[in-house]
Amino acid sequence: MTRKWKYLAALTGGMLLSASVVAAEPSPAMLANACGGCHGTNGASAGPSMPTIGGQSAIAIAEAMKGFKSGDRPATVMGRIAKGYSDAEIDAMSKYLASQKWVGVGQRADAAMVAKGKDLHDKNCKRCHLENGKEFDENATVLAGQWLEYLQIQMDDYASGSRKMSEKKAERMKKLSRQELEALAQFYASQK
Amino acid sequence: MTDIKRRDFFKLMGGAAGLALAGCAGAPMVSSTGEMMPKTGRRVVVIGGGYGGTIAAKYVRMSDPSIEVVLVEKSKQFVSCPFSNLVIGGSYQIGDITIGYDKLASNHGVKVVHQEVTGIDAGAKKVVTAGGTLSYDRLIVSPGIGFRFEELEGYDPKATPSAMPHAWKAGEQTTILRRQLEAMKDGGTAIIAVPTTPYRCPPGPYERASQMAWYFKQAKPKSKIIILDANPDVTSKGALFKKGWDKHYKGMIEFRGNNKVVKVDHKKMAVDTGVEEIKGDVVNVIPPQRAADIAIKAGLVGEDKKWCPVDATTFESTIAKGIHVIGDACIAGAMPKSGYSANSEAKVCALNVVALMNGKEPIPLSGINTCYSFLTDKEAVSVAAVYKVDGGKIVSVKGAGGVSPDLSTLEAQYARSWIKNILVEMST
Repeated sequence: MTRKWKYLAALTGGMLLSASVVAAEPSPAMLANACGGCHGTNGASAGPSMPTIGGQSAIAIAEAMKGFKSGDRPATVMGRIAKGYSDAEIDAMSKYLASQKWVGVGQRADAAMVAKGKDLHDKNCKRCHLENGKEFDENATVLAGQWLEYLQIQMDDYASGSRKMSEKKAERMKKLSRQELEALAQFYASQK
Repeated sequence: MTDIKRRDFFKLMGGAAGLALAGCAGAPMVSSTGEMMPKTGRRVVVIGGGYGGTIAAKYVRMSDPSIEVVLVEKSKQFVSCPFSNLVIGGSYQIGDITIGYDKLASNHGVKVVHQEVTGIDAGAKKVVTAGGTLSYDRLIVSPGIGFRFEELEGYDPKATPSAMPHAWKAGEQTTILRRQLEAMKDGGTAIIAVPTTPYRCPPGPYERASQMAWYFKQAKPKSKIIILDANPDVTSKGALFKKGWDKHYKGMIEFRGNNKVVKVDHKKMAVDTGVEEIKGDVVNVIPPQRAADIAIKAGLVGEDKKWCPVDATTFESTIAKGIHVIGDACIAGAMPKSGYSANSEAKVCALNVVALMNGKEPIPLSGINTCYSFLTDKEAVSVAAVYKVDGGKIVSVKGAGGVSPDLSTLEAQYARSWIKNILVEMST
C-alpha cells in the first residue's frame, strides 16, 4: 500500500468518527473543565488573584459571566473569554461549578483589621452574605476563604465605580472608606 | 516480509490496526524485557509529563476511576516553559516553575513510571521502554516538540546548545542562558534567532527579548538585543510588544524580520542569515521545530513529516487507531502551541477517551487558550480565545477572544496567579 492510500484511508476513518458527534452539545464538564487552567481543578483556585469559583453560587457565577460578556463588569481576559459562550452554556457551566466542593483558603490577616472587618460585616453585609460569608443568599457570593488579592481587586473596582452594584449594595458600600473595604476583605479572607 | 505475507498480516490485524502498524515500521517491536506491569483491567497509558500529559492522566482518573492510568515520563521533575523567560530575566527562580509527580500518584492513583519511551507498537497496543513494555487499551501521547537541527548548517545537537542555548525546553537550558547573560559584559550583544512558524509558544521569543532587556536595563544598560526573525514580523501580540519595547527599552531591542538564520558557528558565536554573518556575546538560537522524536519514530506525523494530524474532537490520531496526540505535537487547528492549549486539549481528550472506552459518543470540544507575556517584571499583556469544532476543524469562536488593549500591571498580577494555578493543577 502506498503512503498516499494509507493517508486517505486514515482520513476517511477520521471523518466517520467526527460525523458521529455532530448532534450533541458540549457537556457541562467539558465546558467547565477548561476554566481550571486559571481557576484550578473543579474551580478551587491556588492563585491569589484568581477567585475560587467551585462551590460558589450558580446564580453568582452565571451573573458574573454574563456581566463579563456584556461588558457590564470590568475585566481583562474574562470579557474576551465570556463572549465565547451562549447564555445556555454559561448556565450549564455555572451549575456544574456550583456543584463542586468549595475549598476556602483561611489566610493569615491582621487581627485588628479582621476584628474591624467583622464589625463592618455584621453592620452592613450579613443579610446577604450569610454566616460570615460562608453561605450565600440568591445572587450574593460565598466570600469566606476567598483569596485576599482577588477580594482587594473587587473592592478597588467597587470603590472606583467600575464594578456596578445593586442599589441596595451601593447604598451600603458608598458609606465605607477604602480602609474599611480593606478590613472587610481581610475579614473574609481570614475565614475558613 | 514478502508482499503476500504482508497482505495476510494486514488481514489478520484488521484494516486500521494494520495501517497503524505499517505506519510505525521504524519502531522497535516488543522488547525482550517483557511487560513491566501486567495489565489487569482497562488501562490508558500517557506518554509525557508536561502541560498535556499530567492533565490527561489526572482527568482520565477523575472521570472514570475504574480505568488504570500509567504516566510514562523520563524526568523526575518538570520545569515549565511558561514563565521560564522570567527566570532568564531574573525576576523568577527556576524552583518557582518546577513541579514533581508524587501527588498525581497519591491524590489520583496515577501510576508514574520514570522511563524513556523508545517505541510504540500500535498493532500490539504496547509502549516500549528500556525497563519493559506497557500494554494499553488507549494511548495518549503528549511528547512536546523536537528540533529540526538538520536545517541549520553547522549545528551540532550536542555541542551547539551548550554554547548557544535554545532554552526552548525549560530546565538546564534555561539556566545556561541566564548564566551567560549574567557573565556578559555591559555593552554586549545578545542575539535571539526565531524560527519559522509553527513553533512552540508564538509570543515566547518576544517575551524573552523583553525579559533580557529588563535585566540589561538594570545591570548592563549599554547592551543590546538583536532579534533575527525568520518570519516577516513579530508573530504574536506584535503591536503590544513594540509598544512595550518603545516604552521601556528604547533603542535596546532591534527587530529584523525576514532574517532567517540558516547557519550557525558556535565556536565563533556567529549566526548567518545567508546574507550576513552576525556575531553575538550571547546567542540564543531557537531551532525550527517538529513533534518530538517519539511521534516521528512511531509514525504519528502526517504528510508534512513534522506534526501529528488528529481528529478535532477526540484527538485520536488520524494515522494510528487507539492513539491520541495532544499538546504541541499535534495539529489542533486554531489552538496555538501553548501550555494552556495543551491543558485544555488534555481535558477534552481525557473526557473523550473515557467516553470511547465506555462505548459512548464523543463529547463536542469546548476549549480555551489564555497566554500572558511579560514586558517587564510588573507589566504583562495577554491573548485569549475560546474554541469549538466546526466542519471537523477546531476554530475560534467568533466575537470572542483577542489581545489586551494595553500593557497592564493587573494582567501581570493575574499572570502570576495563573502560573501558580496551572502548575498546581498539573501536580496535585
